[in-house]
Amino acid sequence: MSEESGDGALPAGVERRTFDGERRLATRGKPVYGEPTDGAWRAWDAGRSKLGAMIASGMDVGLSGGETVLYLGAASGTTVSHVADFAGPTYAVEFAPRPVRDLLDAAADRDRLFPLLKDARKPDTYAHVVESDVDAVVQDVATRGQADVAVRNAQFLADDGRLLLAVKARSEDVTADPADVFEDVLGTLTDAYEVLETARLEPYHEDHLGVVATPDRSE
Amino acid sequence: MNDGWFAGLDPGDGDAAARRIREGSAPEPADWPGLAVESGFADDEADYYDRLREATLAATRAAVTERERADDQQLVHAVRAMDDCERTANELAERAAEWAGALFDEAGSGVDGARAVAERDPDTAAERRAVSLAERVVDLADETEELERFIEETAPAVAPNLAEMAGPVLASRLMALAGGLKPLARKPSGTVQVLGAEDALFAHLAGRAPSPKHGIIYTHDYVRGTRPEDRGSAARAFAGKLAIAARIDHYSGDYRPDLHEELRERMAAIRARADDGTENAEGGDDE
Ligand SMILES: C[S@@+](CC[C@H](N)C(=O)[O-])C[C@H]1O[C@@H](n2cnc3c(N)ncnc32)[C@H](O)[C@@H]1O
Repeated sequence: MSEESGDGALPAGVERRTFDGERRLATRGKPVYGEPTDGAWRAWDAGRSKLGAMIASGMDVGLSGGETVLYLGAASGTTVSHVADFAGPTYAVEFAPRPVRDLLDAAADRDRLFPLLKDARKPDTYAHVVESDVDAVVQDVATRGQADVAVRNAQFLADDGRLLLAVKARSEDVTADPADVFEDVLGTLTDAYEVLETARLEPYHEDHLGVVATPDRSE
Repeated sequence: MNDGWFAGLDPGDGDAAARRIREGSAPEPADWPGLAVESGFADDEADYYDRLREATLAATRAAVTERERADDQQLVHAVRAMDDCERTANELAERAAEWAGALFDEAGSGVDGARAVAERDPDTAAERRAVSLAERVVDLADETEELERFIEETAPAVAPNLAEMAGPVLASRLMALAGGLKPLARKPSGTVQVLGAEDALFAHLAGRAPSPKHGIIYTHDYVRGTRPEDRGSAARAFAGKLAIAARIDHYSGDYRPDLHEELRERMAAIRARADDGTENAEGGDDE
């Protein structure tokens, strides 16, 4: 659980660096949300980013840098801006207009970050824009039906691509035991994926499960 | 036909490109960069991504501006209509059941009963009317569900924090009771707490009743699911955060995960009192 526990290889373009005496993940790019910087590097706050937490806690997310990424639930761009810093073409889908205003600012400073005001439950409304065979689908939508969103978006992934999913228990059911919610979600995921790894995202994010999966095209 | 956003587009026409991004669709993704180069829309992959960037930035900027005008008032109408449809469906269902009971052997009650009656083949003029009435009930019940779906899709865009915290329907009810997001954002949390309990509040002000501890927020599990002696604290804490959520949604529109985290912690603390048997000094430590 310690911050240093993660020794899964970091993607190229992501490093552990020291900010204010603390070792943190960092990428190179223009700052987006007031995060500390060190030269060209800016801290990637795992407490504000589920993907950051998955990487910081050593999950094998299968990213090495330069990938094509579809990001669902981009909000104001906190995490997807870091992704665009180290990945290749990055499609950022978010359906709430107001955070997208900030996402537009982050995208203006990055030449391969494509913002889309779209509903992740309706992939046909962006399938004419987002290319097929992306290397990773990163999903952090935090609303009811998270597993279903992941299933519907499996069509964008390459056969050996990765789904990097953050499941928020409370979004499905405020009262249920998170463990039961996670079990349900993992059950639904098997409609389209083979789950490779799961881990709770504590201490960074309470009652969240990080999931790494790959498309299951056996039928 | 599975076409990319650029199909048949003049590469110099930025407006048309932005419109395609916003309004187009495709049954499934394809190798768009490759196809764009093949069709001569772009010189090479880098050129394609440069064009895609221009088009998505323009499209999304325009869509945001337009959608921000999409307003709370639609939600207010929708939630009121939903409640009317539901109430009317239930009332009519009773009437339909009573009538059907006189005509057919077994006729269930409520909307489910009406659904069964609506499936029947009527033989007489009276049966035709009774079955037709049941069909109206079913239509109303279906419309209730459609309205709820609309609310669930729209509320997170109009008020992301309120919708996350209260759920889309309760968030819309609060907006409806206040008259919109802006008036809700201006209400102190004590008012938010008793929105929907106006009758009880007037009775209290007239000296006829104790002050109400909660209004419509009672329907949320945070309040209803808390043991009675702690409900006042729960309602106060919940209303406090709802008032903040409404202000953030109205003034900035950012989604703020921390706010939701804080409320969850506060609720967990209040509910923990029941477990350690702590006596609740009503009104003690709450904001
Ligand atoms: C927890 S926030 C995401 C934070 C972001 N991933 C980050 O780390 O910077 C969840 C976001 O998902 C968005 N969202 C929820 N449902 C969605 C949907 N169906 N389509 C697109 N975005 C959605 C919400 O509007 C919200 O901005």
